[in-house]
Amino acid sequence: MNRNLQILVALALGVGILLMTSVYTVTEIDQVIITRFGEPISDPITRPGLHLKTPFVDKVNRFEKRFLEWDGVPNQVPTRDRRFIFVDTYARWRIVDPLRYLETLQGSEITAQSRLADILDGETRNAVARHNLIEIVRTSNRQPADTTINIQEVQETLEVISTGREEITREILKAATAAVSEYGIELLDLKFKRINYVPEVQQDVFARMIAERQRIAEEFRSEGQGESARIQGERERDLAQIQSEAFREAEELRGTADAEATQIYAEAYGRDEEFYAFTKSLETYQRTMDSSTTFILNTDSELLRFLEQPR
Amino acid sequence: MDDNPIEQFRNMKLPQVPLKSVITGVVSLVAVFTLFSTVYQVEPEEVGVVLRFGQYSRTTNPGLHFKLPFVEAMTRVPVQRQLSQDFGFQTASSNARNGLAGQQRRVPEEAVMLTGDLNVAVVEWIVQYRVADPRQYLFEVRNLEETFHDMTEAVMREAVGDRTVTEVVTIGRQDIESTVEARLQELVNQYQMGLTIDQVVLQDVNPPDPVRPSWDEVSQAQQQRDRLINEALAEYNAVIPRARGEAQQAILQAEGYALDRVNRAQGEGSRFSTIHAAYRQAPVVTRQRMYLETMQQILPQVGRKVFVAEDSTDVLSLLSLDGGARATTATLTDTTERTRGNQ
Repeated sequence: MNRNLQILVALALGVGILLMTSVYTVTEIDQVIITRFGEPISDPITRPGLHLKTPFVDKVNRFEKRFLEWDGVPNQVPTRDRRFIFVDTYARWRIVDPLRYLETLQGSEITAQSRLADILDGETRNAVARHNLIEIVRTSNRQPADTTINIQEVQETLEVISTGREEITREILKAATAAVSEYGIELLDLKFKRINYVPEVQQDVFARMIAERQRIAEEFRSEGQGESARIQGERERDLAQIQSEAFREAEELRGTADAEATQIYAEAYGRDEEFYAFTKSLETYQRTMDSSTTFILNTDSELLRFLEQPR
Repeated sequence: MDDNPIEQFRNMKLPQVPLKSVITGVVSLVAVFTLFSTVYQVEPEEVGVVLRFGQYSRTTNPGLHFKLPFVEAMTRVPVQRQLSQDFGFQTASSNARNGLAGQQRRVPEEAVMLTGDLNVAVVEWIVQYRVADPRQYLFEVRNLEETFHDMTEAVMREAVGDRTVTEVVTIGRQDIESTVEARLQELVNQYQMGLTIDQVVLQDVNPPDPVRPSWDEVSQAQQQRDRLINEALAEYNAVIPRARGEAQQAILQAEGYALDRVNRAQGEGSRFSTIHAAYRQAPVVTRQRMYLETMQQILPQVGRKVFVAEDSTDVLSLLSLDGGARATTATLTDTTERTRGNQ
């Protein structure tokens, strides 16, 4: 009885090990190539689930099926217009031909990453050196929006580009795609992650930015003074206009009235000039003579002629 | 008994445990373990993705669920939770080891970027996103978070690279946010990452530190300009409306003068006409009357009256007596002479 149990356990263990070595799983994220004594014996197995193989002699080689990352290190590269910049790129890739990948790179991702780095860094360097900096920075010929700073004197413009960032990355991608396909790798895209000036250039750029801002500040100050002077001039002109127009109108009114009055007087007094002189004189006497007047009357006068000899 | 240790081991007395209780113990252990790998719970904000032999089997919603033990594996994906990544800075909560909760650390290499006018701007932002498709999220991209981070950096620089530094720092914020959001969603779909971008939010956007004083100078100059213009306008407004009023006043005064002048002329004219008409009835006597009446009025008011005989010629000697050069002297002789002559 005891002995039988031992045999049973040993048998179960043997079957278990046999089973374990003859099945394998393929998950959603990987693909498998079966090699027998190092020789690939099947097409890549990409369907996820449980699969069978010959125990002991078949080896399972797993490869990623997902999109993989490649992150470049920042490279110092001169552009066509001789500006030194740091370019940091990244790319997405995946293994499309695991057999090739296994044969050429021994299935090692570290090797793959360094091959990618060689190819992509080289192509990036070539592409950057072929283009001016502005082409790498800008994507489109979009016009800048009006900022508050866009007064007439300080118009900010963007340089026009002919190729652009996206097109350049496409060039790099195209050139690299051919080179990596021999490793069973497909490149999905490549982008400039970061583009920065090298420190020495950066100092110059900062100095230029400061000068640019100072120029804008000067423009503002000058504009303020100019505008202020213009308004002051406007004020003086408007003032002179208003005052002189009022004066003219007032004088015209007075003149018209004077003329009318003169005409009225002439018409009235013209009927008897002598009588007018007589009455106006009498009126004047009345107004001019007061207590300080010394009145000398000749006894021969109209008033006193009866004083001496009443007739 | 001999000294052979193997013999000693063989003859060692094992504690007497009944075989039955050993089997029970093992079976119950296996049962508990099986139960734990059979039942699982999915929290409200998650879904559970179940794989059978590595193959996708099903997605389960929140609640208590069963799966086959050992052959099925379950991964939780937080589909309801809003995830976010910081760019240009790190909050301590995402890096809790140093225990400085809420403190921010700058990551300048992420934030410094070139603008379209080849200037430099320092941009910090966050991206909020969610898992929209758990299957894609789990199975399509390795190191998804890192890939997403790289992508976002590239897209932000693309957007900033098409704008002037002034735009980026001042008015372009919303425009940049929406551009980046749309472009990022496009790329996420292209990479099949199974994410939805909720929003891109720009945080601090500044010119680089060494350049900042000159930016402040610009805004100062801008304010100075506005102040100068406002002052000039204020002066204008202080003077011109008043001058308009005063001009009106002068014109109205002239109108008043005109009315006065014409009315007076008409009044005096008609008075004269009326008197003249009456005078014409009896000119001689009226004239006499008017003259004498006037004299009657004048003479009582006059201070000194000097009557001189008809043939007296030394009028001047008389005048010197009073030494009043200040006094008005009227000699009626000429007037009377003329008056008489005119009759």
